Amino acid sequence: MERKTKVHAEEGKHDVVITREFDLPVELLFKAHMEPEIFEQWMTHDYGTVKVLKFENKKHGGWQFQNADPNGNVVFRANGVFHEVIPNQKIIRTFEMEGSPLEVQLEFLEFEKLTDDTSRLRMHSIYRTPELRDQLLKQPFAAGLNMAHNRLQNVLSKLK
Amino acid sequence: MDLRRDVFQAIADPTRRAIITLLALQAMTPTAIAENFSSSRQTISKHIQILTECELLTQEQNGREIYYHFNPKKMKEIADFIEPFRNMWDDRFNKLETIMKKYKSKK
Repeated sequence: MERKTKVHAEEGKHDVVITREFDLPVELLFKAHMEPEIFEQWMTHDYGTVKVLKFENKKHGGWQFQNADPNGNVVFRANGVFHEVIPNQKIIRTFEMEGSPLEVQLEFLEFEKLTDDTSRLRMHSIYRTPELRDQLLKQPFAAGLNMAHNRLQNVLSKLK
Repeated sequence: MDLRRDVFQAIADPTRRAIITLLALQAMTPTAIAENFSSSRQTISKHIQILTECELLTQEQNGREIYYHFNPKKMKEIADFIEPFRNMWDDRFNKLETIMKKYKSKK
């Protein structure tokens, strides 16, 4: 599949910009960020199943979801607040992993219509320090290593 | 001041990225590198020094001249670090696209 998602993270800075173009009208791209049932479907990935616990998708509304491993064990919960919701244009929200040293981050999501059927998302995340940002960037890397390790253990245990 | 000399700092600067691009094609002397830029020779030397300290460039003495080579192994470290994060979001966004395309056709 064509790689369309770009990540821009400069060394020593405390932010990350993720950009992506979609073959979707901007209204549907925005909707995917506003409907909890849709949101949990696409946020779920190999590293965990996302379940939305709270989703007040409006200015000053709160949100919370949990991430569970394939056995159903809750790995972490995350929560935040919507600071701004402008339909089909902008979402400003906070994101914090509960019980984690990673601290809260501020996210600016900008939705842009390109044509009637295509759109662009620019997601700008800001962390308190460059170190906190790097820790978060490394998380999927660490999770990937863990998964590879677990798979290896599974294979090895079957060989016994 | 804590001067962090690593590959991320090295590629944060557009001039340094341009130097890497030049040297990826062929090894060059500092003079030859500087000729490609309008900045002063000293500025370019400083950039080369940073890139060398980050091991993105290696030096080779050839007679009286020093040639700089690009070290692609270091570049790969950057990709290795960001790639899983990028992949995670790419997976998510691919899924989003698929789900919403179905959603659209249902209407």
